[in-house]
Amino acid sequence: MYWNEKYECMPREQLEELQLERLKATVERAYHNVPHYRRLMQEKGIEPSDIQSLEDLRKLPFTTKNDLRENYPYGMFAVPLSEVVRIHSSSGTTGKPTVVGYTRNDLNVWAELMARSLTCGGATKNDVIHNAYGYGLFTGGLGVHYGAERIGASVIPISGGNTKRQVMIMKDYGSTILTCTPSYALYLAEVMEEMGVRPEDLKLKCGIFGAEPWSENMRKEIEKKLPLIALDIYGLSEIIGPGVAMECPEKNGLHIFEDHFIPEIIDPVTEEPLPYGQFGELVFTTITKEALPMIRYRTRDISALYKEPCSCGRTLVRMARVSGRTDDMLIIRGVNVFPSQIESVLLEIGETEPHYQLIVQREGSLDTLEVQVEVSERLFSDKVRRLEELENKIRAEIESTLGITVKVTLVEPKTIQRSEGKAKRVIDKRRI
Amino acid sequence: MKVKQISVFLENKSGRLAAVTRVLGEEDINIRALSIADTSDFGILRLIVNQPEKAYRALKDHGFTVSMTDVIAVEMPDQPGGLAEVMAVMEEHNLNIEYLYAFIGKVPNGALVIFRVENIDEALKILEEKGITVLSGEKVYSL
Ligand SMILES: [Zn+2]
Repeated sequence: MYWNEKYECMPREQLEELQLERLKATVERAYHNVPHYRRLMQEKGIEPSDIQSLEDLRKLPFTTKNDLRENYPYGMFAVPLSEVVRIHSSSGTTGKPTVVGYTRNDLNVWAELMARSLTCGGATKNDVIHNAYGYGLFTGGLGVHYGAERIGASVIPISGGNTKRQVMIMKDYGSTILTCTPSYALYLAEVMEEMGVRPEDLKLKCGIFGAEPWSENMRKEIEKKLPLIALDIYGLSEIIGPGVAMECPEKNGLHIFEDHFIPEIIDPVTEEPLPYGQFGELVFTTITKEALPMIRYRTRDISALYKEPCSCGRTLVRMARVSGRTDDMLIIRGVNVFPSQIESVLLEIGETEPHYQLIVQREGSLDTLEVQVEVSERLFSDKVRRLEELENKIRAEIESTLGITVKVTLVEPKTIQRSEGKAKRVIDKRRI
Repeated sequence: MKVKQISVFLENKSGRLAAVTRVLGEEDINIRALSIADTSDFGILRLIVNQPEKAYRALKDHGFTVSMTDVIAVEMPDQPGGLAEVMAVMEEHNLNIEYLYAFIGKVPNGALVIFRVENIDEALKILEEKGITVLSGEKVYSL
């Protein structure tokens, strides 16, 4: 099912023509209206007229979150504030927040992309969309909301929190589509079980989950606990919000809405573009955004691109589910550690999604890494020896994967904090 | 002739054992015997109670990691050499004991030992053949 067949299934040649035309216009606008872009392009000796093919994209400089911070709050806007009709912002937990603005047309495009995404998950005007993404400065809530309204579906703007009430509403109002973070979906399932609400009493058919990386195992677990097919949606406020890419029911990567964004994968260290199929850092160039055009924005998300056509009929390039962040990386005793590496070890041992937390501490001048893992009923044994074997097995596997020593501690279930937004996997207690 | 034992995973931090006993108390469950095996960061509490199914459900509902396993309750004379006789039989037949714990009193002969063995059916057969008194679950729960 498509929302906009013309663009979602456009022949590649035609799509690329459209992209080039839109890219040229974007570069032109960015050069003339955003001093930051003009300065960077001049430093590289590039003029807008140098962009004559899609390959010429590579000549352009990268943009990072840092550029947005340095130009805080409105310095990267390409239109006067009078034309900006909405402002969103990141939380700014790791520095100055990044501010993003939308013109009326930007909001229009965003609603269109969310309508496409929801339709991709099977939503029609007859659906009841239970939107548990946060409303506010975060783009998730309002992004889904306007997309749902565009389709004509009934949207329940419940936002995050108050989980017991969410379960009650889901049951009583007959929600058919759930939109939230995947970890919140699991939490909803847990609370449902505690409340004695049976999944078969719900009308859910599809869950559209995003805003944090998640795994295939997590999908299986959600689908086992909730009566729905779980699909991945991708987006980030700097590019537009949710709806940059959406997984179709083929569950074979997320279709990037390329008539609005041009994706690239680069090696995060050398910054060189990587071929299709190779994992690296995802980079986007917006080609229709008016208020905040982004040129080669480095997302820090790790993914890969696939060009082979999808059996759903969409001709758009697909991206692999985001498998981690280039800046999630911890450096422990000089070793690069990605939480996703530890997660995959735990997944192999436990088969289902583990709840775990990494605690980094500094004792004297030595960094220590403790991996706390919740003991599930499946892993539990009444024999001390078995549990010690389990601890040792986890420890040995992690040590052989990472090449550093770690301490593994088994903890009681539900003692690791459940988040209603992104799962917090790392507690860094180092004082440097 | 098997006895149901409840095992609970406990982190080594204050209040966890109290939490378990509170849940059992509230549910009106009586503890017949208990033992704790602990390491530096966790412990396993093992319980024989009057209503194992109910205890299992209650603890699970309160978020504990619980398992229910079959163990053997052996009655023996409360006198020197009482346990030795049973152990000799176990050893002679290569019955691998994972762990055991004892409780005294309330049975005619005086002492009761709970055994967790690898092959419970084989162990039961041998113990009975050797004339050792094995108590049924019902009997143990109602002691
Ligand atoms: Zn598809």
